[in-house]
Amino acid sequence: MEREQIKSALESLLFVAEGPLSLRRLGEILAGAESKEIAALLEEIKVACESVGRGIRLVEVAGGYQFRTASENADWVKRLYQLKPQRMSRATLETLAIVAYRQPVTRAEIEKIRGVDVGAVLATLMDRRLLRVVARKDVPGRPFLYGTTPEFLETFSLNDLSQLPTLKEAEELARTSPTANLPAPENSEP
Amino acid sequence: MSFRVQLEIFEGPLDLLLHLIKKNEVAITDVSLGAITEQYLATLELMQGLNLNVAGEFLVMAATLIHIKSRMLVPADDADQEQEEEDPASDLIQQLLEYQRFKEAAEQLQSREQLRRDVFVRQEPTVENNEGVEFERVSLFDLLSAMRDALAKLPQEAAHEVVLEQASVRDKMSFILDHLRRNGHVLFQSLFGAATSRLEIIVTFLAVLELVRIRALRARQDTHAGPILLELAAPLDAGGGLAQKESEETDGGTRAD
Repeated sequence: MEREQIKSALESLLFVAEGPLSLRRLGEILAGAESKEIAALLEEIKVACESVGRGIRLVEVAGGYQFRTASENADWVKRLYQLKPQRMSRATLETLAIVAYRQPVTRAEIEKIRGVDVGAVLATLMDRRLLRVVARKDVPGRPFLYGTTPEFLETFSLNDLSQLPTLKEAEELARTSPTANLPAPENSEP
Repeated sequence: MSFRVQLEIFEGPLDLLLHLIKKNEVAITDVSLGAITEQYLATLELMQGLNLNVAGEFLVMAATLIHIKSRMLVPADDADQEQEEEDPASDLIQQLLEYQRFKEAAEQLQSREQLRRDVFVRQEPTVENNEGVEFERVSLFDLLSAMRDALAKLPQEAAHEVVLEQASVRDKMSFILDHLRRNGHVLFQSLFGAATSRLEIIVTFLAVLELVRIRALRARQDTHAGPILLELAAPLDAGGGLAQKESEETDGGTRAD
């Protein structure tokens, strides 16, 4: 296959795909194309998308490639789908963060960190398929161990968990006043 | 001493403590737990005064703080020093530091480009879209009044004369078969032209279905959504046999009259 043909095929595949397409999957479909070449072509598409005036971006997320709308067009897309602005509550985000960094983790361990009951939040996050039960802990009661899902990576535009920013070290936090350099917490949430 | 506390929505006692520490502009490790305890209790009192539902966790933390404060008032003796590892104050500080780390991590998650908030992918599952649509809750009374409206819109017929309609599936089957014997075929749609009532249309339709079911006739359609042509399925020289079959099959309960 010609280089341009492959590039064109890649665009079509990414356009119709429902989820991120991994390099391996693309290689399987475009049999005969080397994955090194595919990667280079994807990079070309990515760069082309980032040029001024384009409304689509090619992003690497959850171990694959996916076309996404440019973030500056969010308001228009929401209008198309009549979506209400979706804001995750602080309870949701804190619980997600704890699971993301500490997984696999039990409910009791999450509650110890947050200092409050997280049963309802966990249930919601499981419903939204951002978290899942990955195993049971081998302690009395055999509690569930929670972990994040590929949907979590997709939602937060992460390619894999190693892309999460490193947690601040405790000593570092101890030296600074809490959240002094961060914007005031949002109060808009019910 | 009077406090002016602007109430925020606190995620829990740790969140409230961090908020108070921040207001005091000190590092978590340098905080005076005595002062913080007073402010914490004052906030709790305010929350209760406002009839806010103060969750049990807030009260547990209040007890912990008072316990820590009381320990600080009592001069440390040797026994206490041996138990230093169990110092509730340093436990609490550790817990606050830990919570602070994840609070910041949560804020970083929040600031990331988020799917379905900042960016979108094609083929949003329709389920997701529906979730965005809020249906209003309706009560039983709403339903009742909606029904009353619907009934009111019905045309009022002052009097209705009831006549016994003489339409049975069997009669219609015979009628259709007779017609086919004479003409060979008939347009499905044309069967309803002469119908004078809703019941007759239904009966005619049932008759056609029954005839197709017993394979007395065939229905054909040449184009999608085009006219449907009905024709006899078998040659009629054995007409008696067919009639026999027809009556056997229909005695079983397809009477619609």
